[in-house]
Amino acid sequence: MSAASTAEPAFVAKTKTGRITDFVDSRVGGSGILREFGRKVFPDHWSFMFGEVALYSFVILLLSGTFLTFFFDPSMAETHYDGSYVPLKGVEMSVAYSSSLNISFDVRGGLFMRQVHHWAALLFVASVAVHMLRVFFTGAFRRPREMNWVVGCVLLILAMAAGFTGYSLPDDLLSGNGLRIIDGVIKSIPVIGTYISFFLFGGEFPGTAIISRLYMLHILLVPALILLMIVMHLFMVVVHKHTQYPGPGRNDNNVVGYPLGPVYAAKAGGFFFIVFGVIALMAAFFTINPIWNYGPYDPSPVSAGTQPDWYIGFVDGALRLMPGTLGNWHVEQIFFGHVFTFNVLLPALVPAGILFTVMFTYPWIERWVTKDDREHHVLDRPRNAPTRTAIGMAGFVWYCVMWAAAGSDLIATHFGVSLNDVTYWLRALFFVGPIIAFIVTKRVALALQRKDREIALHGRETGRIVRLPHGEFIEVHAPLDEYKRYKLVGFESPQVQPAVPNEHGVVTRKEKRRALLSRWFFEDRVAPATPAELEAAHGHGHEAVEAAEGTKSLTH
Amino acid sequence: MGNHSDGSPNHSGTVATAGQNEVEKFQDPGIPPHRLRLADTDPRAAKRAERQVALLFGISVVGTLIFLVAYFAIDLGDDSSIATIRLQNALLGIGTAFAMLGIGTGIVHWAKALMPDHEVSEERHAIRYEEDRQAAVRIVDDIVEETGIKRRPLIRNTLLGAVALAPLPAIAIFGDLGPRPDDKLAHTMWAPQDGKRKRLTRDPDGTPIKASDVTIGSAFHVIPEGLNELEEGKLNEKAKSVVLLMRLDPASLNPSKGREEWGYNGIVAYSKICTHVGCPVALYEQQTHHLLCPCHQSTFDLTQECKVIFGPASRPLPQLPIAVDDEGYLVATSDFHEPVGPSYWERDSHERSINS
Repeated sequence: MSAASTAEPAFVAKTKTGRITDFVDSRVGGSGILREFGRKVFPDHWSFMFGEVALYSFVILLLSGTFLTFFFDPSMAETHYDGSYVPLKGVEMSVAYSSSLNISFDVRGGLFMRQVHHWAALLFVASVAVHMLRVFFTGAFRRPREMNWVVGCVLLILAMAAGFTGYSLPDDLLSGNGLRIIDGVIKSIPVIGTYISFFLFGGEFPGTAIISRLYMLHILLVPALILLMIVMHLFMVVVHKHTQYPGPGRNDNNVVGYPLGPVYAAKAGGFFFIVFGVIALMAAFFTINPIWNYGPYDPSPVSAGTQPDWYIGFVDGALRLMPGTLGNWHVEQIFFGHVFTFNVLLPALVPAGILFTVMFTYPWIERWVTKDDREHHVLDRPRNAPTRTAIGMAGFVWYCVMWAAAGSDLIATHFGVSLNDVTYWLRALFFVGPIIAFIVTKRVALALQRKDREIALHGRETGRIVRLPHGEFIEVHAPLDEYKRYKLVGFESPQVQPAVPNEHGVVTRKEKRRALLSRWFFEDRVAPATPAELEAAHGHGHEAVEAAEGTKSLTH
Repeated sequence: MGNHSDGSPNHSGTVATAGQNEVEKFQDPGIPPHRLRLADTDPRAAKRAERQVALLFGISVVGTLIFLVAYFAIDLGDDSSIATIRLQNALLGIGTAFAMLGIGTGIVHWAKALMPDHEVSEERHAIRYEEDRQAAVRIVDDIVEETGIKRRPLIRNTLLGAVALAPLPAIAIFGDLGPRPDDKLAHTMWAPQDGKRKRLTRDPDGTPIKASDVTIGSAFHVIPEGLNELEEGKLNEKAKSVVLLMRLDPASLNPSKGREEWGYNGIVAYSKICTHVGCPVALYEQQTHHLLCPCHQSTFDLTQECKVIFGPASRPLPQLPIAVDDEGYLVATSDFHEPVGPSYWERDSHERSINS
């Protein structure tokens, strides 16, 4: 546009909209941005939707959360409830709980907003998690997107932090017990645990400070950090451009998809309203966190079958799985007069620590093992990276075992089995589950790859049985068109990278380990079919296909 | 079928051999030819899609109206029933859902049915150019050179020292977030005050419990006398001092040495705060004499002085020594002989100082 304006010095917009646009543009220079992004191409795939769901549920969280702050009072001062919910009239409770009840019962639309906020929060963490699974299983974290993967991991942690700090705010019995558990876990930290607990709660548990402190974190610090991370995340998406699934016409040097304006923007923008609509439906019909049923926090009562919000479940489940005593040996130990509460410390920190460490570092681990330092913009179909997919499934199953353990009592009562047996089984699965998942997933991925080869080379089974003139029965295979075939054969199949000596001619121990890992990654591999193989395949059994195709055209 | 299914590696050469990646690959056939939609070819279909989109937007308007009617027409009043709240919540939700889904599905349908659906290909550009990189390196070098930081190590080292120390106040300033723990966790309200032993009272109303009220098999949730009258820190004290009181057949209790006098006629009192992470151990199985924590399922056996028999807890529940006063009410003869609740770093030294 600037080139045009130098050629014709006075550009005059013809329409009113044009004049307004020109006014803004000539002062802030928007036309450059529009030129760059107006027709930017975005690939389209249903699995790219999860990140959008995350973004949109965050926007909904900001909107509904702002509404709630107008009515919520994060004070732990004692009061007697005087709202319209009869069963709790006159009950002693904190101002925070009382104001949460008022939002639910005395503010029109307050309950709806609370429900929208809670459902959106659950959906936010869930969509972040599923989005990350998509990114992991398709290899989208590879160069140049490693740093964006790290930002995503930080976002997951922040999302969980936002969820947990918000969960505790209503100061009801359920969330109070959640805080009690957190306090117990914090106290188990060696040396500084007691101090951290006293500093967090402003003294002994529960104190009178924690709700207002969590409130500040929940409405200011954590969302600000999330917003910052989202900006970085999206900025990097723009810099890198979006990844795309493999297929005809797509390679590492291009982006195939729809232009931002109008199709992609319309679809993505429309999708925001759909996410909002679905959350509104859930808020309308499914009760979430009915705090009025729980009553105010009191350290004495507790209701059985209580569960934390889903994303904290895996830590709670790990706490349940850990045995406190092994025979007569106590897992909690006293060394030099100090208490090491391993029965709390280990399950609270180790599984989450391993999961997050592997998650954060995985792009670099894989890069080191594969020696693959190229830029990747075309995604892997999960089956085409069997070992990575198997590692991911092992981690996923491990997570799910811990998650299931958080509901061990519900599993026991629901299925009428012994709670102790459920725990014993889950303890076994904690160790065995990931191994089984790894083996099964890898075999399934390899089998799917072989099936792809089979289809690429011999065509698709049509289910039509044909009897040949000499009496033989065959099933007709319909050959693929070249586009469909390319989808099955157009992938990279990395090979084992043997150990290589360094510049001094020495194969270092680290390099040997790398080579071992590389073998473990890639020794089982199914190579993509080649044109030569297709030729050969046509050589055997080819006549049948041809004959069948002939029959087909005859019958029509 | 049979003659095509031998996809096993050894038969059809699926296992890659060295140099396989040099073998020619299938050529990329390019983006598949564009297929026209019904609305592209049939003007009537396009018109129909247009009307559908308009209808969806119309549904959105209806949704907004439903919301407004539900908001203004339903009066919560002072004595609104749960049913009114539920009705209003459902209508507000339905209204919002229609309003949003109408717009959303309308736009998406518009995009999918009527906007051009040609897939286009765009070149990716290098994330950085070698020329830029070299220029950037030169700039950084120049900047570093102009500061002279390499030539003046005195400046560099003092700056490093200053910057390393500067965050300390930012940490120290949080020192008043809470008081020092000292031995607060080691003591509860049960300690006799001015020689007067505290009665065991019912949770939550605070009425004292007569020993004769406690029948075999019964269990009481107990708080110390005077807890409800506390002006400040009531929950803090309650979080440490809640107790479960049960009566068993004295023969099934097996008190260890020194604890024979801690119960009364088979009545025993144990801390209700789980030694795992502090949930209330609220479930009492009368038949098995087990106490179960509903949070993480730690199970304690009353007949073995609340030893852990299952779950993640590692220590038995602390026992509160009790007796009966002149009027027949149950009283605590002393505080717990160990800190209650979850373990903490200083717990062992606190326990030793209590018992010394």
